Amino acid sequence: MSALELRDVRVHYREAGPGARRLVAVDGVSLSVGEGETVGLVGESGCGKTTIGRAILGLVPLADGEILWGGRRIDALSADAFRPLRRDLQCVFQDPHACLDPRMTLMESVAEPLRNFEPAIERRERRQRALSRLAEVGLDATLAGRYPHQLSGGQLQRAVIARALVADPRFVVCDEPVSALDLPVQGQVLSLLERVREERRLANLFISHNLAVVARLCPRLLVMFRGRVVESGPRAELVRRPRHPYTRELLDAVPVVDVAARGRLAASAARPRPVQEAASPRGCAFAGRCPHVLPRCRVEAPVLLPLAAGVAVACHRAVEWPAGLPPVTEGATGIAG
Amino acid sequence: MSTLLEVRGLTVEFSGQRALRAVDAVDLRVAAGERLAIVGESGCGKTQLLLACTGLLAANGRAQGSVRFEGRELLGEPEAVGAARGRDIGFVFQDAGGSLTPHRRIGDQLVEVAELTLGLSRDQARREAAAALERAGLPDARSRLAQYPHELSGGMRQRAAIALALVARPKLLFADEPTTALDVTVQAGILELIESLCRDSGMSLLLVTHDLGVVAALADRIAVMQSGRIVESATAAEFMRGPKEAYSRSLLESVLTLEGVA
Amino acid sequence: MSLGLWRDARAALAADRFALGCLAVLATLGVAAIAGPWLLDYREDEIDWANMAVPPLASPGHWLGTDRLGRDVLVRTLHGLRVSLAIALAATLVAVVIGVAWGAFAGYRRGRTDALMMRFVDVLYSLPQVFFVIILTVVFGRSPLTVLLAIGAFGWLTMARIVRGQAMALREREFIDAAIVGGATPARIVVRHVIPNLAGPVIVYATLTLPQVILVESFLSFLGIGIQEPLASLGNLVAEGAAEMETAPWMLAVPAACLMLVVFCFNFLGDSLRDALDPRDR
Repeated sequence: MSALELRDVRVHYREAGPGARRLVAVDGVSLSVGEGETVGLVGESGCGKTTIGRAILGLVPLADGEILWGGRRIDALSADAFRPLRRDLQCVFQDPHACLDPRMTLMESVAEPLRNFEPAIERRERRQRALSRLAEVGLDATLAGRYPHQLSGGQLQRAVIARALVADPRFVVCDEPVSALDLPVQGQVLSLLERVREERRLANLFISHNLAVVARLCPRLLVMFRGRVVESGPRAELVRRPRHPYTRELLDAVPVVDVAARGRLAASAARPRPVQEAASPRGCAFAGRCPHVLPRCRVEAPVLLPLAAGVAVACHRAVEWPAGLPPVTEGATGIAG
Repeated sequence: MSTLLEVRGLTVEFSGQRALRAVDAVDLRVAAGERLAIVGESGCGKTQLLLACTGLLAANGRAQGSVRFEGRELLGEPEAVGAARGRDIGFVFQDAGGSLTPHRRIGDQLVEVAELTLGLSRDQARREAAAALERAGLPDARSRLAQYPHELSGGMRQRAAIALALVARPKLLFADEPTTALDVTVQAGILELIESLCRDSGMSLLLVTHDLGVVAALADRIAVMQSGRIVESATAAEFMRGPKEAYSRSLLESVLTLEGVA
Repeated sequence: MSLGLWRDARAALAADRFALGCLAVLATLGVAAIAGPWLLDYREDEIDWANMAVPPLASPGHWLGTDRLGRDVLVRTLHGLRVSLAIALAATLVAVVIGVAWGAFAGYRRGRTDALMMRFVDVLYSLPQVFFVIILTVVFGRSPLTVLLAIGAFGWLTMARIVRGQAMALREREFIDAAIVGGATPARIVVRHVIPNLAGPVIVYATLTLPQVILVESFLSFLGIGIQEPLASLGNLVAEGAAEMETAPWMLAVPAACLMLVVFCFNFLGDSLRDALDPRDR
């Protein structure tokens, strides 16, 4: 039973200024998240993943498609009709310094959703609940009276998580929740998210540009590129046997910290880069940087199709390697081998 | 190997409402052709260390100690710093916006630096600027010269900022979190760029970051900074095999990898 | 509303000695305006037949001299200050209340609502203020209330524009999105998040509006269409004094100096407030 479902969602942006073009941010994405399930959405900046998060939260209108929550359409609801549903659909944002009102204390910020969703409860109870949320995320009560500018990024992000949880939601969108934090703190916050998710049986859509982050928390992943899903499936399959070249690119970008790291970087730096061409609008968006590109790829966009082992891939050549992409050879020219 | 940069007993203090000592008696050394990475969390003082070395400290900051570049003292000598900047020393900031002026074309900025530091004519400077952009991996350098910073994506902007830092072919590059604000795939590209630039020109590198993943790929030597002090210093190989300090170990362990995931 | 950031601002302001000086001067003038006339010997409309047009300190009790009708200049000036300040404060308050509400709402809603609301502001802006004040005073009679309403009717326009610009910028900030996701209604967002974050520019602009209002009122009174005799305002005192400039210069000097002092102090204070309320770097 899926809690959240997206069906062929499309979102357009209009550029500002003269000669404004219509940009397609999300180009036909479908996904579903079951009750208590965590799904990861990974891709580079501009691929549309954040837009999907915003669309789910009703912050951005759809150009086409549907979003269903508990079987009910929520994408076309008015702001007033949507508001009561927000209690269940919460969000952890990227930049903790930006998503907390600088003029409110932590206590006030964390208690704010309670004021909106449960106006009947008294101030004292509200404070109590906010404090216990803060404790749940590991923040001491003495910090409750502080302002955002007095605290570190890690502490603030914990407060943001507390705020998202205060009204007991069922679904939390996590949009790059650790990208703005130092590495050592990233691990702590991710552990916190894991723990909270387990204890509360929350459904989660986890968005990030870093595959290592997403892979750690999400048993199922979707890889996005330029508004479309290019590969999806169980984490083990995508990490061990990527079937789309972009997934492979994301995997390669994850650092391996060992003595050989220097040598690897030097080797990849020395490798000749294929010249990046602009993608034609009709073909595959990845054609310009794909080492396996065929002429067909430039004129016909591939469709996301199930392949094997629960994996779906959007690539014309995916059937050639059902057990994963072949290893990259020097000077690969796109001929199978 | 000759010593390019020598820092001794560098201390940076800030006066005012929140008085603090950001850097506490730091010693370090960068040899010609060597790459040193300073690793630490936000607030450990690593950025202030960099700013003090390059004469960019805020008005209420005071630096004491000694910073010598090729034997010349830079600390407290604004003329020496000014002369070294561009020519011998380049810098790249975390946010390329820190390096690039938003309301001027990229070409103008590069040309200006080339003219001033290398004493070239306008035409020669333009050619150098285009060459710098090519070296930085920005294709189609000619048209890039006419663009404004905001017309480029984050990764390309950072490449342009690197080109700006390198146009005068400095001997030492200071880089403050050069890849932190970028996507991981783009980060990899920037790291490769810095690696090949250092290798081709023998340029030294002083890199400041919180991310050991970046460091592992680039650095010859690693110094760990905590609360204004260097707590451990080792070659990269030694460090990766096993750092001595518990704090260094925790930094190493915090790098997010795919191990144990699948 | 939160106080922590104001504490920082207070600290910054306290360090600015010139600003503190201005504040002290204004406070003194304020107290003098309210309590002064009680402490002095003469009433404002009391005619001292024996001491007409007497220079300062020439006659006991008349510290700053008397005017052509034998009325004490100091007392009249303090009364004038009272009236001018009262009108200025009231008109500024009206400007702030209407301007902030109008601008915050328009800036937050954007789109058609914003366009309509701001076109209205533009239309009013293009009307000649003095002309309308004249019409209003002719229609409703010359009283302090009319002057107040006339000035207030135009005073909120610039405030609305400033606030609208700020509100539009605020709208894009992530904590507004967070508030929406947290279930806040637009009204609550404007009141709880937008307006408190505007407080800085609003306070600064209000402090700069005050002296402008004083000057406008003075100008109107100077022209004879503002505050009327025997009621004193700094403006009509200056007008009287200007007429007697050659024979009784103190009649001009005293109210003019008072006017200048008040305007200068408010302007300077506004500047310092803006510096103090600037968000500090983290």
